[in-house]
Amino acid sequence: MSGYFSEIISGGKSLVVGMSITLKEFFKPKVTLQYPHQTVKMAERFRGHIELIENESGEPNCVACGMCQRACPSGCISLTSKSVEIEVEGKTKKKKVLTSYDLNFTTCSLCGSCVESCNFDAICYSKEYNLASTRKEDFHFDLLKRLKERNS
Amino acid sequence: MSLTLINVLFAVVAAIGFAALNAAYLVWCERKGAGFFQRRPGPMENGPWGLLQPPVDGIKLMTKQLVIPGGVDKALFMVAPVLAMFPAIMSFVTIPFSENIVAQNMNIGVLMIFAFASMGSMAILFAGWGSRNKYALMSSVRGVSQAIAYEVPMLITVITIVMITGSMDLRAIALDQSGGFWQWNILALTKSPLMPVSFLIFFVCTLAETNRAPFDLGEAESELVAGFHTEYSSMGFGLFFMGEYANIVIGSCLTTLLFLGGWGCPFGLFPGVWWFLLKIYLLIFTFIWIRWTFPRTTIYGLLNLSWKILIPFSLFNLLLTAGLLKVF
Repeated sequence: MSGYFSEIISGGKSLVVGMSITLKEFFKPKVTLQYPHQTVKMAERFRGHIELIENESGEPNCVACGMCQRACPSGCISLTSKSVEIEVEGKTKKKKVLTSYDLNFTTCSLCGSCVESCNFDAICYSKEYNLASTRKEDFHFDLLKRLKERNS
Repeated sequence: MSLTLINVLFAVVAAIGFAALNAAYLVWCERKGAGFFQRRPGPMENGPWGLLQPPVDGIKLMTKQLVIPGGVDKALFMVAPVLAMFPAIMSFVTIPFSENIVAQNMNIGVLMIFAFASMGSMAILFAGWGSRNKYALMSSVRGVSQAIAYEVPMLITVITIVMITGSMDLRAIALDQSGGFWQWNILALTKSPLMPVSFLIFFVCTLAETNRAPFDLGEAESELVAGFHTEYSSMGFGLFFMGEYANIVIGSCLTTLLFLGGWGCPFGLFPGVWWFLLKIYLLIFTFIWIRWTFPRTTIYGLLNLSWKILIPFSLFNLLLTAGLLKVF
Protein backbone atom coordinates (compact mmCIF):
# COMPACT_ATOMS: atom_id res chain seq x y z
CA MET A 1 0.00 0.00 0.00
CA SER A 2 2.87 2.41 0.73
CA GLY A 3 4.28 1.54 -2.70
CA TYR A 4 0.97 2.57 -4.24
CA PHE A 5 1.06 6.12 -2.93
CA SER A 6 4.79 6.65 -3.39
CA GLU A 7 4.46 5.53 -6.99
CA ILE A 8 1.67 8.03 -7.61
CA ILE A 9 3.68 10.83 -6.00
CA SER A 10 6.96 10.06 -7.79
CA GLY A 11 5.11 9.53 -11.08
CA GLY A 12 3.28 12.82 -10.70
CA LYS A 13 6.55 14.58 -9.91
CA SER A 14 8.20 13.21 -13.04
CA LEU A 15 5.25 14.42 -15.12
CA VAL A 16 5.62 17.93 -13.68
CA VAL A 17 9.37 17.89 -14.38
CA GLY A 18 8.73 16.87 -17.99
CA MET A 19 6.13 19.58 -18.49
CA SER A 20 8.36 22.27 -17.00
CA ILE A 21 11.14 21.28 -19.40
CA THR A 22 8.91 21.55 -22.46
CA LEU A 23 7.49 24.86 -21.25
CA LYS A 24 11.02 26.28 -21.00
CA GLU A 25 11.74 25.06 -24.53
CA PHE A 26 8.54 26.77 -25.70
CA PHE A 27 9.94 30.22 -24.98
CA LYS A 28 13.47 29.63 -26.23
CA PRO A 29 14.49 31.02 -29.62
CA LYS A 30 13.89 28.89 -32.67
CA VAL A 31 16.77 26.86 -34.01
CA THR A 32 15.46 25.87 -37.44
CA LEU A 33 15.89 27.64 -40.75
CA GLN A 34 13.05 28.48 -43.18
CA TYR A 35 14.79 26.55 -45.92
CA PRO A 36 13.77 27.92 -49.30
CA HIS A 37 13.91 31.46 -47.93
CA GLN A 38 17.03 31.05 -45.83
CA THR A 39 19.92 28.75 -46.54
CA VAL A 40 22.72 27.39 -44.45
CA LYS A 41 26.19 28.85 -44.91
CA MET A 42 28.18 25.84 -45.99
CA ALA A 43 31.22 24.65 -44.09
CA GLU A 44 34.74 25.68 -45.14
CA ARG A 45 35.62 22.22 -46.39
CA PHE A 46 32.36 21.48 -48.17
CA ARG A 47 32.94 19.85 -51.57
CA GLY A 48 30.55 21.00 -54.23
CA HIS A 49 31.24 20.82 -57.92
CA ILE A 50 34.43 22.55 -59.01
CA GLU A 51 34.69 26.20 -59.93
CA LEU A 52 37.45 28.19 -61.67
CA ILE A 53 39.48 30.65 -59.61
CA GLU A 54 40.18 34.06 -61.10
CA ASN A 55 43.19 36.32 -60.82
CA GLU A 56 43.09 40.06 -60.08
CA SER A 57 42.18 41.01 -63.63
CA GLY A 58 39.22 38.67 -63.67
CA GLU A 59 40.82 36.09 -65.97
CA PRO A 60 41.01 32.45 -64.89
CA ASN A 61 44.17 31.30 -63.14
CA CYS A 62 44.12 28.26 -65.37
CA VAL A 63 47.03 27.76 -67.79
CA ALA A 64 45.24 24.95 -69.62
CA CYS A 65 47.85 22.33 -68.72
CA GLY A 66 45.14 19.65 -68.64
CA MET A 67 46.29 17.98 -65.42
CA CYS A 68 42.79 18.01 -63.99
CA GLN A 69 41.42 16.45 -67.13
CA ARG A 70 43.92 13.63 -66.85
CA ALA A 71 43.47 13.20 -63.12
CA CYS A 72 39.71 12.79 -63.34
CA PRO A 73 38.82 9.11 -62.99
CA SER A 74 35.34 9.60 -64.46
CA GLY A 75 36.33 11.81 -67.34
CA CYS A 76 34.02 14.62 -66.38
CA ILE A 77 36.31 17.45 -67.31
CA SER A 78 36.97 18.51 -70.89
CA LEU A 79 38.84 21.72 -71.65
CA THR A 80 40.09 23.36 -74.81
CA SER A 81 42.65 26.07 -75.27
CA LYS A 82 44.37 28.12 -77.91
CA SER A 83 47.77 29.66 -77.87
CA VAL A 84 48.11 33.41 -78.15
CA GLU A 85 51.13 35.66 -78.35
CA ILE A 86 51.41 38.25 -75.65
CA GLU A 87 54.04 40.90 -75.06
CA VAL A 88 55.81 40.87 -71.72
CA GLU A 89 58.57 43.47 -71.21
CA GLY A 90 59.20 44.02 -74.88
CA LYS A 91 59.45 40.34 -75.81
CA THR A 92 56.70 38.32 -77.45
CA LYS A 93 55.77 35.18 -75.60
CA LYS A 94 53.48 32.31 -76.43
CA LYS A 95 50.84 31.52 -73.87
CA LYS A 96 47.99 29.06 -73.67
CA VAL A 97 44.60 30.57 -72.94
CA LEU A 98 41.56 28.64 -71.86
CA THR A 99 38.74 28.77 -74.39
CA SER A 100 36.28 26.38 -72.74
CA TYR A 101 36.10 24.36 -69.58
CA ASP A 102 33.20 21.92 -69.41
CA LEU A 103 32.31 19.91 -66.36
CA ASN A 104 29.91 17.00 -66.71
CA PHE A 105 28.67 16.85 -63.14
CA THR A 106 26.38 13.87 -63.78
CA THR A 107 29.33 11.45 -63.61
CA CYS A 108 31.44 13.34 -61.07
CA SER A 109 32.09 11.36 -57.90
CA LEU A 110 33.43 14.37 -56.00
CA CYS A 111 36.79 12.62 -55.38
CA GLY A 112 38.67 15.90 -55.61
CA SER A 113 41.58 14.56 -57.67
CA CYS A 114 41.25 17.51 -60.06
CA VAL A 115 41.72 20.06 -57.29
CA GLU A 116 44.63 18.11 -55.82
CA SER A 117 46.37 17.75 -59.17
CA CYS A 118 46.17 21.43 -60.03
CA ASN A 119 49.50 23.19 -59.58
CA PHE A 120 48.29 26.67 -60.43
CA ASP A 121 45.59 27.15 -57.82
CA ALA A 122 43.05 27.40 -60.62
CA ILE A 123 40.10 25.32 -59.39
CA CYS A 124 38.31 25.06 -56.09
CA TYR A 125 35.16 23.51 -54.70
CA SER A 126 32.04 25.64 -54.90
CA LYS A 127 29.61 25.88 -52.04
CA GLU A 128 26.68 25.12 -54.32
CA TYR A 129 24.36 22.42 -53.00
CA ASN A 130 20.92 23.39 -54.28
CA LEU A 131 21.27 21.24 -57.36
CA ALA A 132 18.11 19.56 -58.53
CA SER A 133 16.73 19.24 -61.99
CA THR A 134 14.76 16.91 -64.20
CA ARG A 135 17.11 17.40 -67.15
CA LYS A 136 20.67 16.11 -67.18
CA GLU A 137 21.77 19.00 -69.42
CA ASP A 138 21.43 21.22 -66.37
CA PHE A 139 24.43 19.48 -64.85
CA HIS A 140 26.75 20.13 -67.77
CA PHE A 141 28.44 23.23 -66.45
CA ASP A 142 30.38 25.65 -68.59
CA LEU A 143 32.72 26.87 -65.90
CA LEU A 144 34.21 29.65 -68.01
CA LYS A 145 30.74 31.07 -68.56
CA ARG A 146 30.00 30.76 -64.84
CA LEU A 147 33.18 32.70 -64.09
CA LYS A 148 32.19 35.50 -66.46
CA GLU A 149 28.69 35.61 -64.98
CA ARG A 150 30.19 35.83 -61.53
CA ASN A 151 32.33 38.77 -62.57
CA SER A 152 29.65 40.67 -64.44
CA MET B 1 -43.42 30.91 -32.08
CA SER B 2 -41.51 32.50 -34.99
CA LEU B 3 -39.21 34.16 -32.51
CA THR B 4 -38.29 30.82 -30.98
CA LEU B 5 -37.71 29.41 -34.46
CA ILE B 6 -35.29 32.23 -35.24
CA ASN B 7 -33.66 31.65 -31.88
CA VAL B 8 -33.20 27.99 -32.68
CA LEU B 9 -31.77 28.73 -36.11
CA PHE B 10 -29.42 31.33 -34.70
CA ALA B 11 -28.29 28.99 -31.95
CA VAL B 12 -27.64 26.14 -34.38
CA VAL B 13 -25.71 28.34 -36.80
CA ALA B 14 -23.70 29.85 -33.96
CA ALA B 15 -22.93 26.46 -32.45
CA ILE B 16 -21.84 24.99 -35.80
CA GLY B 17 -19.84 28.11 -36.60
CA PHE B 18 -18.09 28.15 -33.23
CA ALA B 19 -17.35 24.42 -33.40
CA ALA B 20 -16.07 24.54 -36.98
CA LEU B 21 -13.99 27.67 -36.45
CA ASN B 22 -12.45 26.23 -33.32
CA ALA B 23 -11.82 22.86 -34.93
CA ALA B 24 -10.12 24.50 -37.90
CA TYR B 25 -7.98 26.91 -35.95
CA LEU B 26 -7.12 24.52 -33.15
CA VAL B 27 -5.34 22.44 -35.78
CA TRP B 28 -3.31 25.52 -36.55
CA CYS B 29 -2.70 26.13 -32.81
CA GLU B 30 -1.70 22.52 -32.38
CA ARG B 31 0.82 22.67 -35.19
CA LYS B 32 2.17 25.99 -33.97
CA GLY B 33 2.38 24.61 -30.44
CA ALA B 34 4.14 21.48 -31.66
CA GLY B 35 6.59 23.70 -33.47
CA PHE B 36 7.27 25.94 -30.51
CA PHE B 37 7.74 23.03 -28.12
CA GLN B 38 10.26 21.58 -30.55
CA ARG B 39 11.93 24.95 -31.14
CA ARG B 40 10.75 25.47 -34.70
CA PRO B 41 8.26 28.05 -35.96
CA GLY B 42 5.47 25.71 -37.14
CA PRO B 43 3.42 26.48 -40.28
CA MET B 44 4.66 29.71 -41.86
CA GLU B 45 4.00 29.52 -45.59
CA ASN B 46 0.29 30.29 -46.07
CA GLY B 47 -0.50 33.81 -45.02
CA PRO B 48 1.08 35.67 -42.10
CA TRP B 49 2.31 33.16 -39.51
CA GLY B 50 0.63 30.43 -41.55
CA LEU B 51 -2.82 31.70 -40.58
CA LEU B 52 -4.35 30.61 -43.90
CA GLN B 53 -3.27 27.01 -43.32
CA PRO B 54 -6.66 25.74 -41.97
CA PRO B 55 -8.78 26.93 -44.97
CA VAL B 56 -6.16 25.55 -47.34
CA ASP B 57 -6.20 22.22 -45.51
CA GLY B 58 -9.99 22.22 -45.64
CA ILE B 59 -10.04 22.84 -49.41
CA LYS B 60 -7.49 20.09 -49.89
CA LEU B 61 -9.59 17.60 -47.88
CA MET B 62 -12.81 18.57 -49.66
CA THR B 63 -11.38 18.21 -53.15
CA LYS B 64 -10.06 14.73 -52.47
CA GLN B 65 -11.91 11.63 -53.55
CA LEU B 66 -14.07 9.98 -50.92
CA VAL B 67 -13.04 6.37 -51.31
CA ILE B 68 -15.45 3.74 -50.02
CA PRO B 69 -13.53 0.46 -49.96
CA GLY B 70 -15.21 -2.68 -51.19
CA GLY B 71 -16.74 -4.88 -48.53
CA VAL B 72 -17.40 -2.19 -45.97
CA ASP B 73 -20.68 -1.98 -44.12
CA LYS B 74 -21.82 1.06 -46.04
CA ALA B 75 -24.39 2.38 -43.62
CA LEU B 76 -22.09 2.22 -40.61
CA PHE B 77 -19.16 3.49 -42.64
CA MET B 78 -21.08 6.58 -43.74
CA VAL B 79 -22.78 7.33 -40.44
CA ALA B 80 -19.65 7.11 -38.27
CA PRO B 81 -17.98 10.43 -39.22
CA VAL B 82 -21.27 12.28 -38.87
CA LEU B 83 -21.78 10.66 -35.50
CA ALA B 84 -18.32 11.85 -34.46
CA MET B 85 -19.09 15.47 -35.28
CA PHE B 86 -22.74 15.88 -34.36
CA PRO B 87 -22.63 15.20 -30.58
CA ALA B 88 -19.88 17.77 -30.28
CA ILE B 89 -22.02 20.40 -31.98
CA MET B 90 -25.11 19.37 -29.99
CA SER B 91 -23.22 19.77 -26.74
CA PHE B 92 -22.50 23.42 -27.54
CA VAL B 93 -26.24 24.12 -27.35
CA THR B 94 -26.38 23.88 -23.59
CA ILE B 95 -22.98 25.30 -22.66
CA PRO B 96 -23.30 28.76 -21.11
CA PHE B 97 -20.53 31.08 -22.27
CA SER B 98 -21.62 33.72 -19.83
CA GLU B 99 -24.65 34.48 -17.73
CA ASN B 100 -26.74 35.39 -20.79
CA ILE B 101 -24.93 33.81 -23.73
CA VAL B 102 -26.40 30.34 -23.87
CA ALA B 103 -28.36 28.77 -26.70
CA GLN B 104 -30.74 26.75 -24.56
CA ASN B 105 -30.21 26.47 -20.85
CA MET B 106 -31.37 23.15 -19.44
CA ASN B 107 -31.70 22.12 -15.86
CA ILE B 108 -30.07 18.81 -16.78
CA GLY B 109 -27.31 20.30 -18.94
CA VAL B 110 -24.55 18.15 -17.43
CA LEU B 111 -26.52 15.00 -18.08
CA MET B 112 -27.23 16.01 -21.65
CA ILE B 113 -23.57 16.69 -22.42
CA PHE B 114 -22.49 13.35 -21.01
CA ALA B 115 -25.25 11.58 -22.90
CA PHE B 116 -23.95 13.07 -26.14
CA ALA B 117 -20.33 12.51 -25.18
CA SER B 118 -20.98 8.81 -24.79
CA MET B 119 -22.12 8.75 -28.41
CA GLY B 120 -18.59 9.65 -29.42
CA SER B 121 -17.33 6.19 -28.58
CA MET B 122 -20.18 4.78 -30.68
CA ALA B 123 -18.75 6.67 -33.67
CA ILE B 124 -15.38 5.02 -33.04
CA LEU B 125 -17.01 1.61 -32.78
CA PHE B 126 -19.03 2.11 -35.98
CA ALA B 127 -16.00 3.36 -37.88
CA GLY B 128 -13.89 0.42 -36.76
CA TRP B 129 -16.55 -2.20 -37.34
CA GLY B 130 -17.79 -0.77 -40.63
CA SER B 131 -14.34 -0.38 -42.16
CA ARG B 132 -13.70 -4.11 -42.51
CA ASN B 133 -10.11 -3.54 -41.57
CA LYS B 134 -8.45 -5.43 -38.74
CA TYR B 135 -6.42 -2.44 -37.58
CA ALA B 136 -9.48 -0.25 -37.49
CA LEU B 137 -11.37 -2.90 -35.55
CA MET B 138 -8.59 -3.36 -32.99
CA SER B 139 -8.35 0.37 -32.59
CA SER B 140 -12.08 0.74 -32.03
CA VAL B 141 -12.07 -2.02 -29.43
CA ARG B 142 -9.32 -0.18 -27.62
CA GLY B 143 -11.14 3.09 -27.98
CA VAL B 144 -14.33 1.73 -26.47
CA SER B 145 -12.61 0.03 -23.54
CA GLN B 146 -10.79 3.28 -22.89
CA ALA B 147 -13.98 5.32 -23.09
CA ILE B 148 -15.74 3.02 -20.63
CA ALA B 149 -12.80 3.00 -18.24
CA TYR B 150 -12.55 6.78 -18.14
CA GLU B 151 -16.23 7.62 -18.16
CA VAL B 152 -16.59 6.04 -14.70
CA PRO B 153 -14.19 8.31 -12.76
CA MET B 154 -15.32 11.29 -14.83
CA LEU B 155 -18.96 10.80 -13.94
CA ILE B 156 -18.14 10.13 -10.29
CA THR B 157 -16.26 13.43 -10.19
CA VAL B 158 -19.19 15.18 -11.84
CA ILE B 159 -21.56 13.67 -9.26
CA THR B 160 -19.36 15.20 -6.57
CA ILE B 161 -19.75 18.63 -8.15
CA VAL B 162 -23.49 18.14 -8.63
CA MET B 163 -23.82 17.21 -4.94
CA ILE B 164 -21.97 20.35 -3.87
CA THR B 165 -24.09 22.62 -6.06
CA GLY B 166 -27.30 20.68 -5.78
CA SER B 167 -28.06 21.25 -9.45
CA MET B 168 -27.33 19.74 -12.84
CA ASP B 169 -27.77 23.09 -14.51
CA LEU B 170 -24.40 24.26 -15.87
CA ARG B 171 -25.41 27.89 -15.44
CA ALA B 172 -26.30 27.32 -11.80
CA ILE B 173 -23.06 25.44 -11.22
CA ALA B 174 -21.05 28.34 -12.64
CA LEU B 175 -23.07 30.97 -10.75
CA ASP B 176 -22.51 29.03 -7.54
CA GLN B 177 -18.78 29.67 -7.94
CA SER B 178 -19.00 33.39 -8.73
CA GLY B 179 -16.91 35.72 -6.65
CA GLY B 180 -13.20 35.08 -6.64
CA PHE B 181 -10.97 32.14 -7.30
CA TRP B 182 -11.36 31.03 -3.68
CA GLN B 183 -15.00 30.29 -4.51
CA TRP B 184 -14.17 27.97 -7.39
CA ASN B 185 -14.88 24.29 -7.03
CA ILE B 186 -11.22 23.44 -7.55
CA LEU B 187 -10.50 25.21 -4.22
CA ALA B 188 -13.72 24.30 -2.40
CA LEU B 189 -11.64 22.83 0.38
CA THR B 190 -14.38 23.32 2.96
CA LYS B 191 -16.69 21.09 0.94
CA SER B 192 -14.02 18.46 0.46
CA PRO B 193 -10.25 18.81 0.96
CA LEU B 194 -9.68 16.59 -2.08
CA MET B 195 -11.20 18.97 -4.65
CA PRO B 196 -7.86 19.81 -6.39
CA VAL B 197 -7.28 16.06 -6.80
CA SER B 198 -10.78 15.80 -8.18
CA PHE B 199 -9.95 18.48 -10.72
CA LEU B 200 -6.85 16.56 -11.80
CA ILE B 201 -8.88 13.37 -12.16
CA PHE B 202 -11.46 15.18 -14.27
CA PHE B 203 -8.77 16.73 -16.45
CA VAL B 204 -7.01 13.40 -17.03
CA CYS B 205 -10.37 11.84 -17.91
CA THR B 206 -11.06 14.65 -20.39
CA LEU B 207 -7.72 13.91 -22.05
CA ALA B 208 -8.60 10.24 -22.28
CA GLU B 209 -12.20 10.80 -23.38
CA THR B 210 -11.14 13.05 -26.24
CA ASN B 211 -8.55 10.47 -27.36
CA ARG B 212 -5.72 12.92 -26.88
CA ALA B 213 -2.06 12.06 -26.40
CA PRO B 214 -0.77 10.51 -24.19
CA PHE B 215 -4.02 8.46 -24.24
CA ASP B 216 -4.52 8.35 -28.02
CA LEU B 217 -4.34 4.58 -28.25
CA GLY B 218 -7.27 4.62 -30.65
CA GLU B 219 -5.02 6.02 -33.34
CA ALA B 220 -1.65 4.63 -32.34
CA GLU B 221 0.12 5.12 -35.67
CA SER B 222 3.08 2.98 -34.74
CA GLU B 223 1.00 -0.15 -34.34
CA LEU B 224 -2.44 0.43 -35.89
CA VAL B 225 -1.73 2.37 -39.12
CA ALA B 226 -4.09 5.27 -38.40
CA GLY B 227 -6.50 3.57 -36.00
CA PHE B 228 -10.23 3.64 -36.58
CA HIS B 229 -10.04 6.17 -39.44
CA THR B 230 -7.57 4.11 -41.50
CA GLU B 231 -10.07 3.60 -44.31
CA TYR B 232 -11.44 7.14 -44.35
CA SER B 233 -10.40 9.67 -46.90
CA SER B 234 -11.42 13.18 -47.82
CA MET B 235 -14.02 14.85 -45.60
CA GLY B 236 -14.84 11.57 -43.84
CA PHE B 237 -11.46 11.84 -42.24
CA GLY B 238 -11.93 15.59 -41.96
CA LEU B 239 -15.10 15.14 -39.88
CA PHE B 240 -13.33 12.79 -37.45
CA PHE B 241 -10.56 15.31 -37.18
CA MET B 242 -12.93 18.22 -36.55
CA GLY B 243 -14.95 16.13 -34.13
CA GLU B 244 -11.83 15.45 -32.11
CA TYR B 245 -11.03 19.14 -31.81
CA ALA B 246 -14.63 20.11 -31.12
CA ASN B 247 -14.60 17.54 -28.31
CA ILE B 248 -11.50 19.16 -26.89
CA VAL B 249 -13.33 22.48 -26.79
CA ILE B 250 -16.31 20.81 -25.08
CA GLY B 251 -13.98 19.16 -22.57
CA SER B 252 -12.28 22.39 -21.63
CA CYS B 253 -15.62 24.22 -21.49
CA LEU B 254 -16.89 21.61 -19.04
CA THR B 255 -13.73 21.74 -16.95
CA THR B 256 -14.03 25.51 -16.80
CA LEU B 257 -17.70 25.42 -15.84
CA LEU B 258 -17.39 22.66 -13.27
CA PHE B 259 -14.13 23.59 -11.60
CA LEU B 260 -12.80 26.97 -12.66
CA GLY B 261 -15.78 29.21 -12.01
CA GLY B 262 -17.09 29.50 -15.59
CA TRP B 263 -17.15 33.14 -16.69
CA GLY B 264 -16.21 34.50 -13.27
CA CYS B 265 -13.05 36.53 -12.87
CA PRO B 266 -10.44 35.18 -10.43
CA PHE B 267 -10.60 38.47 -8.51
CA GLY B 268 -14.31 39.14 -8.87
CA LEU B 269 -13.86 41.88 -11.50
CA PHE B 270 -15.82 42.21 -14.76
CA PRO B 271 -17.21 38.70 -15.03
CA GLY B 272 -18.04 37.94 -18.63
CA VAL B 273 -17.53 35.83 -21.67
CA TRP B 274 -13.89 36.95 -22.08
CA TRP B 275 -12.89 35.21 -18.86
CA PHE B 276 -14.60 32.08 -20.04
CA LEU B 277 -12.77 32.15 -23.37
CA LEU B 278 -9.45 32.90 -21.64
CA LYS B 279 -9.92 29.93 -19.34
CA ILE B 280 -10.88 27.47 -22.05
CA TYR B 281 -8.00 28.51 -24.29
CA LEU B 282 -5.57 28.19 -21.39
CA LEU B 283 -6.89 24.67 -20.83
CA ILE B 284 -6.57 23.91 -24.55
CA PHE B 285 -2.99 25.15 -24.42
CA THR B 286 -2.41 22.69 -21.60
CA PHE B 287 -3.89 19.94 -23.80
CA ILE B 288 -1.40 20.80 -26.53
CA TRP B 289 1.41 21.17 -24.00
CA ILE B 290 0.72 17.69 -22.62
CA ARG B 291 0.46 16.18 -26.06
CA TRP B 292 3.90 17.39 -27.09
CA THR B 293 5.51 16.46 -23.78
CA PHE B 294 4.52 12.89 -23.02
CA PRO B 295 4.88 9.76 -25.11
CA ARG B 296 1.87 7.50 -25.64
CA THR B 297 1.02 5.12 -22.80
CA THR B 298 0.47 1.43 -23.19
CA ILE B 299 -3.03 -0.01 -23.15
CA TYR B 300 -2.58 -1.74 -19.79
CA GLY B 301 -0.93 1.39 -18.36
CA LEU B 302 -3.96 3.32 -19.48
CA LEU B 303 -6.49 0.92 -17.98
CA ASN B 304 -4.47 0.53 -14.78
CA LEU B 305 -4.42 4.28 -14.31
CA SER B 306 -8.18 4.42 -14.55
CA TRP B 307 -9.23 1.36 -12.54
CA LYS B 308 -6.47 1.40 -9.92
CA ILE B 309 -5.93 5.10 -9.30
CA LEU B 310 -8.58 7.40 -10.72
CA ILE B 311 -11.68 5.39 -9.77
CA PRO B 312 -10.64 4.71 -6.13
CA PHE B 313 -9.65 8.34 -5.64
CA SER B 314 -12.81 9.73 -7.18
CA LEU B 315 -14.97 7.30 -5.20
CA PHE B 316 -13.19 8.27 -1.99
CA ASN B 317 -13.72 11.93 -2.77
CA LEU B 318 -17.39 11.27 -3.50
CA LEU B 319 -17.85 9.58 -0.13
CA LEU B 320 -15.86 12.26 1.67
CA THR B 321 -17.89 15.05 0.07
CA ALA B 322 -21.14 13.30 0.83
CA GLY B 323 -20.09 12.82 4.45
CA LEU B 324 -18.94 16.40 4.90
CA LEU B 325 -22.12 17.74 3.27
CA LYS B 326 -24.20 15.65 5.67
CA VAL B 327 -22.23 16.67 8.76
CA PHE B 328 -21.99 20.43 8.10
